[in-house]
Amino acid sequence: MKYSIFSILSQAFQGQKGWPPAWRDASPKPAYDAVVVGGGGHGLSTAYYLAKNHGLTNVAVLEKGWIGSGNVGRNTTIIRSNYRERGNIPFYEKSLQLWEGLEQDINYNAMVSQRGVLNLVHSDAQRDAAARRGNAMRLDGVDAELLDREGVRAFCPGLDFDNARFPIAGGLLQRRGGTVRHDAVAWGYARAADKRGVDIIQNCEVTGFRITDGRVVGVETSRGFIKAGKVGLACAGNTSRVAALAGLRLPIESHVLQAFVSEGIKPLIPCVVTFGAGHFYISQSDKGGLVFGGSLDGYNSYAQRGNLPMVEEVVEEAVAMMPGLGRLRVLRSWGGVMDMSMDGSPIIDLTPIAGLYLNCGWCYGGFKATPASGFCFAHTIANDEPHILNAPYRLDRFATGHVIDELGHGARPNSH
Amino acid sequence: MSDAIGHAGPVGSGSGAEAPERAARVTPNSPVAGAARVQPFRMIAGGQIERRPLSFGFDGKQYQGFAGDTLASALLANGVRLVGRSFKYHRPRGILSAGPEEPNALVELRDGARREPNTRATVAELYDGLVARSQNRWPSLRFDLMAVNSLAAPILGAGFYYKTFMWPAAFWEKVYEPMIRRAAGLGRAAGAPDPDLYEKATAFCDVLVVGGGPAGLAAALAAGRSGARVILATEDFVLGGRLVSEQREIGGQSGPAFAASVEAELASLPEVRILRRAGVFGVYDGGTYAALERVNDHVALPPPHEPRQRLWRIVAKRCVLAAGAIERPVVFADNDRPGVMLAGAVRTYLNRFAVRPGSRAVLFGNNDDALRTARDLQDSGVTVAAVVDPRPDALSSLDMLSRETGTRLVEGVVERALGSRAVQGAEIRDARGEAITVPCDLIAVSGGWQPTVHLTSHLGGRPEWASALASFVPGTLPPGMAVVGAARGDFALASCLADGIRAGSDAAAAAGFHPRSVTIPSADAESTAVTPLWRVKAAKGKAFVDFQNDVSASDVEIAHREGFVAVEHLKRYTTLGMATDQGKTANVNGLALMAELTGRSVPATGTTRFRPPFTPVAFAAFAGPHRGKNYRPTRLTAAHGWAVEHNAVFMEAGLWLRAQYFPHTGDKGWRDACDREVLAVRERVGLCDVSTLGKIEVVGTDAGTFLDRLYTNTMSSLPVGRVRYGIMLREDGFVMDDGTAARLEPQRYLVTTTTANAVAVMSHMEFAAQVLWPDLDVALASVTDQWAQFAVAGPRSRDVLAAVLRSDADLANEGFPFMGAMATALRDGTPARLFRISFSGELAYEIAVAANYGDGLARTLMAAGAAHGIMPYGLEALNVLRIEKGHAATGELNGQTTAGDLGLGRMVSTKKDFVGAAMTQRPALVDPDRWALVGFRPVNPQDPIGAGAHLLRPGAENKSRNDEGHVTSTCFSPTLGSTIALGLLRRGPQRLGERVRAYDPVRGRDTLVEVCAPVFVDPEGVRLRG
Amino acid sequence: MRIPCPFCGERGNAEFSYLGDAAPVRPDPKAGMAAFYDYVYTRDNPPGMIREWWQHVGGCRAWLVVERNVTTHEIAKATAASALAQGTREMAR
Repeated sequence: MKYSIFSILSQAFQGQKGWPPAWRDASPKPAYDAVVVGGGGHGLSTAYYLAKNHGLTNVAVLEKGWIGSGNVGRNTTIIRSNYRERGNIPFYEKSLQLWEGLEQDINYNAMVSQRGVLNLVHSDAQRDAAARRGNAMRLDGVDAELLDREGVRAFCPGLDFDNARFPIAGGLLQRRGGTVRHDAVAWGYARAADKRGVDIIQNCEVTGFRITDGRVVGVETSRGFIKAGKVGLACAGNTSRVAALAGLRLPIESHVLQAFVSEGIKPLIPCVVTFGAGHFYISQSDKGGLVFGGSLDGYNSYAQRGNLPMVEEVVEEAVAMMPGLGRLRVLRSWGGVMDMSMDGSPIIDLTPIAGLYLNCGWCYGGFKATPASGFCFAHTIANDEPHILNAPYRLDRFATGHVIDELGHGARPNSH
Repeated sequence: MSDAIGHAGPVGSGSGAEAPERAARVTPNSPVAGAARVQPFRMIAGGQIERRPLSFGFDGKQYQGFAGDTLASALLANGVRLVGRSFKYHRPRGILSAGPEEPNALVELRDGARREPNTRATVAELYDGLVARSQNRWPSLRFDLMAVNSLAAPILGAGFYYKTFMWPAAFWEKVYEPMIRRAAGLGRAAGAPDPDLYEKATAFCDVLVVGGGPAGLAAALAAGRSGARVILATEDFVLGGRLVSEQREIGGQSGPAFAASVEAELASLPEVRILRRAGVFGVYDGGTYAALERVNDHVALPPPHEPRQRLWRIVAKRCVLAAGAIERPVVFADNDRPGVMLAGAVRTYLNRFAVRPGSRAVLFGNNDDALRTARDLQDSGVTVAAVVDPRPDALSSLDMLSRETGTRLVEGVVERALGSRAVQGAEIRDARGEAITVPCDLIAVSGGWQPTVHLTSHLGGRPEWASALASFVPGTLPPGMAVVGAARGDFALASCLADGIRAGSDAAAAAGFHPRSVTIPSADAESTAVTPLWRVKAAKGKAFVDFQNDVSASDVEIAHREGFVAVEHLKRYTTLGMATDQGKTANVNGLALMAELTGRSVPATGTTRFRPPFTPVAFAAFAGPHRGKNYRPTRLTAAHGWAVEHNAVFMEAGLWLRAQYFPHTGDKGWRDACDREVLAVRERVGLCDVSTLGKIEVVGTDAGTFLDRLYTNTMSSLPVGRVRYGIMLREDGFVMDDGTAARLEPQRYLVTTTTANAVAVMSHMEFAAQVLWPDLDVALASVTDQWAQFAVAGPRSRDVLAAVLRSDADLANEGFPFMGAMATALRDGTPARLFRISFSGELAYEIAVAANYGDGLARTLMAAGAAHGIMPYGLEALNVLRIEKGHAATGELNGQTTAGDLGLGRMVSTKKDFVGAAMTQRPALVDPDRWALVGFRPVNPQDPIGAGAHLLRPGAENKSRNDEGHVTSTCFSPTLGSTIALGLLRRGPQRLGERVRAYDPVRGRDTLVEVCAPVFVDPEGVRLRG
Repeated sequence: MRIPCPFCGERGNAEFSYLGDAAPVRPDPKAGMAAFYDYVYTRDNPPGMIREWWQHVGGCRAWLVVERNVTTHEIAKATAASALAQGTREMAR
C-alpha cells in the first residue's frame, strides 16, 4: 500500500486496521543470487539498490537480531558532506543527494531535514583548516560557507559569545546538511527492498562461510546453510569477527561511541552545530530531544555502552558551547560499537575471496553514508568492481599509502 | 481555584461526608477552620510532614503547602488535579504517582535563568516561594487549543508521520517540520546561562546501599554495624520508603518510628554516610556508580558558595540494590484522566503527606497489595465507593469494610474512566457482564508491581521474567551487586527486612568485614498475590499505555499489524517508553499487550535494556565546575605578568595563553603591531616568550642511539654543545613533529617539540623507551614547565645577551656559532641555558632559566635591550618571521605530509632504522606527483591570499580534478611589502616561476600568484650566522 | 573502568591513555614492508579477553599491558612494560 495522506485518511475510517506489514518476515530460501550480511541501514540500502539499480531481486538480507538494531538505530542522526579529502567528498555528496530524494524514492518519510550543519572554529588555524575544507567542497560542487563570528551568532543562537574559554571565531556552514529520523531509514529501506522482492530475514546469524577454490559459495547460518554466489558483508561494528570467519584480518578496531538525548523541550537549536574546542555535536530532534555526542571512549570494546569519564567530558563540552543548556536534563545515554578503520575512512571493496565483498570501517560516518554506501556496495557486488565513488575506499590503500586521513592522525583508530 | 476540586464535596452523587468518621485523624469534609479552607484536602493531623506553612505558586495562583510536601502533594492538598497536558493529544493530565516514575505531572519549575522544564512534581520538594507553571498548553492549561489534536486522533496513530508529509518535498523543512517541532517538546529551556554552582565529588566505600526503604535501611544497618564504610544513597529526602507511606507496624513501632530509629543508629556509626536527595542513576565498570545529590533543590536559592547539585562518582567494593518497585497502571479506556492514580501513590499521599487525593474513590486492582488501599482510604475519610478486582473471591477480605461502609465490592474490571479534566466516575463491568457506573473523583489503580531493575541492567544484564509475580526480576547482575527486597520481587515487608540484613551482612563480609548478627523486630506477614491483568477492552475511549507520549493500546495494535513486533521496533515505532519517564510505568504493559497480540509470552516478546541515567540528570551537574572560562584549565607562562604589563593581547594555543601581539596607542589594528614587531626583529632586536614549546630531557648512556631511532636524522653524532634540527615520523611514515635536539652533556640531550604536539611526543617517546627498546639505557623527563624560555632575535641580539649573561660567556661567532648550545648563567648567577637557534632567520638565541626566574629574565632582557630598541613580539610576528623563512608550522605539519613534502627529504636517513622508516617507502608516499612545499607571492603584491585556498592552473575549470594543492600559511610580509604564502603544490619545487591561482571561494577570492621558493628572506642564511 | 596500576594502585580509566592491542610486535627493521604493514595496520580485533597497551599518563606514566575483556570490560591484570621487559631479559639469560 502506497503511503500518503490519502491512505492515512482512508485508514482512519477503518480504525487503522488495513495497514499491511511494512515488510514480510521472510524465512530463508535454500539459495539466493546474493546475500547481504547485516540488516542495518547499509545492508538494507544495499539490498534495495541491488534490486532497484541492478535488477538483482533474488537477494536476502540476513540479520542476527532485528533489522535496524545496530548503529542505524543508535546514532546522532546527522547527514552532511562537509569533508576535506578528495576521496570522501564525492561519495558523501552522492549520499546527501540520495537523502534529498529518498522519501519520494522509497515512499517513506524519514524526515530528512536540511537544517544546516555548522562547524564552529575557535582560532585562526581552525578557520584556515575550515577554509581548506570548504574550498575543497566547493571544488566538488558542494555548498559551503565560511561564517564570521557575527554570521555564526545570527545562524545559531545560544552559543557562548561572552564567557567562552575558547571564543568562537566563526564557522563552516553546510546548509544542505541536517538530520534524518534514523530508525525510519532502516524501516523505509526494508519496506522498499521487500517490495522489490528482497527477503529480509531476521534472527538469522551468519556462523561461517563456505568457500571453494577461493570463491564463496554460501553462508552457514543459525538457520542452516544458504547458498549464494555473492556475499556482501555490511555488519560494521562486528566486521572483524564476521570477516575472521572467512579468514580475513582487517585494518579495523571496534570501539564504543556514546550518544545522548535530553528530555524533550520546545524548539531551541535550529541546526546541527559542532564544537571546535573539543569534539561535540548536537541537534534537536523533531520530538524536542537534544541529540548529542562526542568522542569515542577510546578503548576497544564490543559492549554497547561506555563509561562515566566520557559522559562528563561530552556534557562539559555541551555546556561550554551552549551555557543555556545547564538546567536541561540528560535523559538517556547509550553506546554503539564502531568499526574504526586505521585512517578514519571506510572500506567498500572486493576481497581476496571471489564473490565476497566488504563494506566496513565506517567509524563515525556510517549513518550519513547509508544511501551512498548501499548504492556503491550494490554496484560493487553486481559488477564485481567498485563504482567510481567508492574506488578510493580500497582495502589495499593502507599498504600502498593512499590513506584517506581527514584528521591527519595516522594509524590510531581511537583518534579518528 | 478553577482547577481545584471544591472542598465541599466530590463530583457526583456521593459525598465523603456520608462516610462514618472512624479514626481520630480524619477531618470532616466540611470546612471548620481557615486552615482547612487553605488546604481543603489536607487532613488535620498525621503524615510525615512538618506543619510549617510554605506558600507556592502554580500557573500564577498562590497556594499553601507544608514543609515535607512535594509539589504534587501540595497541589493535591489544594485540590489541584489538572497539572499538565500530554505530548501529542494535549489531553488533560493529573498526578499518577508519588515518585520518580511520574509520566504526567511535569511542570516548569522556577523562573528566568533557573527555569527547569519537565520537572516531575512528585519529586520536587516544596519550598517557600516555589513557582511552577504547567507546560505544553495554549493559551491556558484549562483551555488548551491544541486539544483539537484529540479530534484528529484517528489519523494520528503510531507512525503516521512516516507515511505522509512527503509531498511536495520542499515542504518538509518549510512547512511540516516547523509545525511538528512547535507542537512537540514539553517545557521550555531557560535559554540563559545557569547562575548556580555545581560540584563533582568522588567517594570510595565498601558497601553502597542504593535505596532508603526497609530493605535498604536493613542492609545499611547490617553492613554498618560491621564497621564497613557504608554509603546509603536515596533519592528521596526522607528515609523509610514505604515505611513512611504505609500503615505498618514493625515490632510494635510504627513504620516511620522504626525508620527513624534505624536512621538514628546509622547516623551514629562513624563509617556510615547517608546521602539523602541523592539518586544513584548509573552503574559503570569497575564498581563505579554515579549519583546525583540535589543539595539545594529544596530551597529557593542555594546559599552563597554552595552548589545546587553534586555529581558523585562512588567507587564501591559491593553494592546492595534496594531500589524498590514501581506500580503499574492497568490499560483501560480514558485511564489517563486526572484522578486516576496508582494505588500505592494514593496510600503515600494519605499516609505520608496527610493529603486526600480525592473524596470518593473507586479502587481497581488485580493484587492483594492494592486492596490495602481501601482500608487506608477509609481511615482517612475518603469514601470508598467501590472496590473492583477481576480475581474470583479476591475481595472476601474486604467484606467487613463493605458491611461497615457500604462499599461496593465488584468482581470485575473498570472499563472506562468518566470525566475530562477530572475523573467523575468509573464504568465498571462485573464478572457477569453487567455494566455499573459509579460516580467518584478518584480511581486508585494497580496492575501489580514491577521491581525497579534498571540499575541491574546498565552493564548489559537482561532482566528475567517471573511469571508468578507477573514482572521482570533482575537477571545477570553487575559484578559486586546484590539485589534485595521489592527490587528483586520480594514485596512483603518482613522479607524485605530480612533480605536486607542478609545482603548487608554478606556485602560487608565480601568486603572483608565481620558482620555482627542483627535482629530486626518482626513485621506482619502479608499477601502480595497477583494475577496478571494488562488491559481492559472497552467499546470507546482511548486506553493509554504510555501516558506522556500518548501511546495507546491501539498504537500497539498498529505496530503489531505492520510487523513492528520486536520490542525495539515496538518502542521506536510507537515511541513507547521514550518520554522523560522512560516508560517506567508503561514498558511492561506495552510488552504484555504485544505479547497478547502475537500470542507469545512476555519474555519471548523481550525486554529492553535500560540505559543510564535512571532519572534525567541536569547537564550542568555532569559539567560541574568545568564550564565557561573554567571549561578547561588555562596555562600561563612564567612571564605572563610581564606580557600583561606590555598590553599584550593573548590568544589560545592549546591550553596555553600566549601573547598574540603588543598594541600601541594609535594602532589602527593588529597589523600595525605585527608589522612593527617583525621589523624590530629584522632591524634591531625582539623578545618573544617561547616557553610553551615542549621540552624533554633525554638522559642515559644510550640517549643518542635512542634519539637516532626516533628522528629521521642522526643525533648520536651531535657534538656536546651543539643543536640539530630534527623531524620525527609516525610509524606510518608521515611527519609527526619537528624540533631541535641539543646535546648538553655526553649523556644528556634536551629535545624540543612544537607546542601542539608536546604531550603526544612525550608519550610516543615513552612508548619507544619502555616498550619498543626497553634494553636501551635511557630516561625521559618532561621539563616544559620547569624552564622559561625566550627568543632574543635580531641583529642586535648578541649585544642584548652580552649585557645579561655573566661576563665570561663567549658569544662570539667562533666560540658560539649558529646551532650552538651552552650552559651559562645570568650576571646575578642564575643558571641559564643558551641556544643559538633561529626561527626568524636572524641572528638569534633562545635563553632558558628555571621557570621561577622567567618573569625576571624577561624584564632583565627588556632593560638590557632598551638601548638597542628591543621590542616584545607575539605569535603574529613570530608567524610572519617563520613564513618569511619558510619554516613549517601547524599548517604544514598537518599529519598528512611526508618529510619530502616539506622539502626535508634529505634529512631522512636511509642507513638506519627509525620509527616510520619502513612505511615512508610506500608507493603513495614517494609518488613524484605529491603536493610539496613551495612559496607564493601574489602577482599584485597587495592582494591577500587566504590560507586554505586551493591551487589551480589559470584557466582551469573550478573542479576538484584540477585541484593541485592548497595554501597552508599566509601573511603580509612587511619586510617584502607583499603578501606571501606557503603551500603544498603538486610537483611544487619543479614549478618555480609558474603562475597559479589561489582559489578561495569561501572567502570570495581568486588570486593569481607566482610559485617561488619557500624562503623569502635571506635564502642563503647569512643573517643567522652573522 | 578501574585499572590496577602496578605502581599507583587502582585508578579510574580517565587517568590512562590507550594505544590498542598489545599483540602486534614491531618487526625487525629488515623484515620488509609487508611485515610493517601488518604491524601498523591490521588487527585481530577479537571479542573477549585481550592484552592491550595503556599508559598511566595521569600518574606514573608507565606503559602497561592490561588484560581486559573487551566484551565485558572486566580487567584481569595490569603489568608494567618494564616488568615484562625484565622478564624477557631474565628468560633470555
